[in-house]
Amino acid sequence: MSANKRPLSPFMIGPYYKPQMTSILSITHRATGAALVVGTLLLVYWLVWAARGPGFYEQAQTVLGSMLGQLFLFLWTWALFYHLANGIRHLFWDAGRGFELDEATKSGWWVIWSSIILTFLCWLIAAP
Amino acid sequence: MSIRTPLGFVRGLGSAKDGTHHWWMQRVTSVALVPLVLWFVISLLSVSRVDYATFQQWLSNPIRAGLMVALLATVFYHANLGMQVIYEDYVRPECKKFIAVLATQFVLFVLGAISIVAVLKIALA
Repeated sequence: MSANKRPLSPFMIGPYYKPQMTSILSITHRATGAALVVGTLLLVYWLVWAARGPGFYEQAQTVLGSMLGQLFLFLWTWALFYHLANGIRHLFWDAGRGFELDEATKSGWWVIWSSIILTFLCWLIAAP
Repeated sequence: MSIRTPLGFVRGLGSAKDGTHHWWMQRVTSVALVPLVLWFVISLLSVSRVDYATFQQWLSNPIRAGLMVALLATVFYHANLGMQVIYEDYVRPECKKFIAVLATQFVLFVLGAISIVAVLKIALA
């Protein structure tokens, strides 16, 4: 029998698995990672426009300072803190720690709240 | 079509000897990114709304420019490793996966090069 014809477990999103906090945090780690790659385009834009001279720098500051720019940067900040916090959670798992269900749930809540609090803290400090 | 199983094709060829390299470099870059990202965020809190002269002055410090280059190089490397895993999990068939991985590698490498040159240009101006 060809190995290709063997049955596969169903895709994680769908009616087959009950959503759990740990599984939602897991896919969010991926989603924020991919979103951060796209968001990094903003950082490249900012640096390149700054390198082109003061006029272009002011232009980029205006674009990023607009309502839409600020909204993107706010979401980008949260995605960054989430990926950072959950990344540290992953590093502890890589070291073989925190695998018990109650520990994984507890560290998951830490990730959720620390990412939200750090995001608001940053924007309170950097507010215009 | 062949009646040989996928395992039969590779048996006897030996391992590629780089099985854990991708996984390990993802961890190395993530450990490096923890302090770099914290430095970056704290720095941006102070220079996100300053005028050009102040920003140029800030980045002309070689330690800051060096950390910025290190951050960019590590970020784009880490991004490339992460995107590759996402494609490998979701993109089929093999040829589309291959193109997606290769295209992302090229784009991220160029973006990394551009942003690093931009930082150096500002820092050395």
